Amino acid sequence: MGRGATRLTERRAVGPNDTAADPSDRIASEQDLALIALLRERDEAAFMQLVDKLGPSMLRVARMYVSTNAVAEECVQEAWLGVLQGIDRFEGRSSLRTWIFRILVNIAKTRGRREGRSVPFATLAGDDGTDHPAWDPTMFGGAEDPDWPGHWSTLPSDWRGMPEERLTANETLGVIGRAIAELPPMQAEVIRLRDVLGWTSEEVRNALDLSETNQRVLLHRARAKVRRALNAHLQYEDRQGEDRESEAQA
Amino acid sequence: MIDREAPACRDVVQVLSDYLDGALDDDTTQVVETHLAACEGCDRALAQLRETVRVTGMLREEQLTDEQRETLLEAFRGWDGS
Repeated sequence: MGRGATRLTERRAVGPNDTAADPSDRIASEQDLALIALLRERDEAAFMQLVDKLGPSMLRVARMYVSTNAVAEECVQEAWLGVLQGIDRFEGRSSLRTWIFRILVNIAKTRGRREGRSVPFATLAGDDGTDHPAWDPTMFGGAEDPDWPGHWSTLPSDWRGMPEERLTANETLGVIGRAIAELPPMQAEVIRLRDVLGWTSEEVRNALDLSETNQRVLLHRARAKVRRALNAHLQYEDRQGEDRESEAQA
Repeated sequence: MIDREAPACRDVVQVLSDYLDGALDDDTTQVVETHLAACEGCDRALAQLRETVRVTGMLREEQLTDEQRETLLEAFRGWDGS
């Protein structure tokens, strides 16, 4: 890459009954089937368990398409009523959560259009047409280097063997959380669903109506920014440690 | 894209997220793995990305407020099946 940025283009809109095109998201899991059965019996505990699990991400996703948090909450509520209405007809041809998100995204997009609010996909995706290098370009030698064009001129810091308690300290997790919060909304949601909540790439692209390429590029960019933030934080800590050491020696 | 004969580190780091996801085709995977085995810098870069993904997985997801929960619970209880 490096030459010519990958442009993200929006996928053609599809209807709510569109079945998942991707084979690995074609069937509901055993766990899903049990939940679906409970939802069909209008089991309140099962419903609330699902609400607690999916609610926060549903609110964020709805908020991408509508103007206020209040409207996003209405969309989420409408989506849950849609789930209750549709659960008897749900054929399990995608995972349950993918199906729920598709209902939500359709509602939120329609609502956004009615509000006259149309956020370009490029804005949600943080796609400004420029290249997004995952690493600082100055860390690499130039293309004119006769021996090693485009190879490292400065090695990345070595995290192998980094103490676990340092990587997983609350402060470090805070750095990651803030880095994600600062991402363009679609990048933030893709990394949350994939890396925080552990959804598969197929589930994410079906749920958020993304092409396979878009899902990969959004995740790549999001992870790259989080890695950069984490690296900056760890390097800052290293410098602090060195300062303390040299003070102690003085 | 990656030069298969002489992959540049600058290009290899752009596909490491896909590599971790197993989203690269077999040929590119082979090129990347051969390069990683011989390149300290890219191996470190991969370790950074891998750790980033792993530690991101330790974040706690946000929670709904009591009010938001209550609204949805009421909607559930008030739903008459129509």
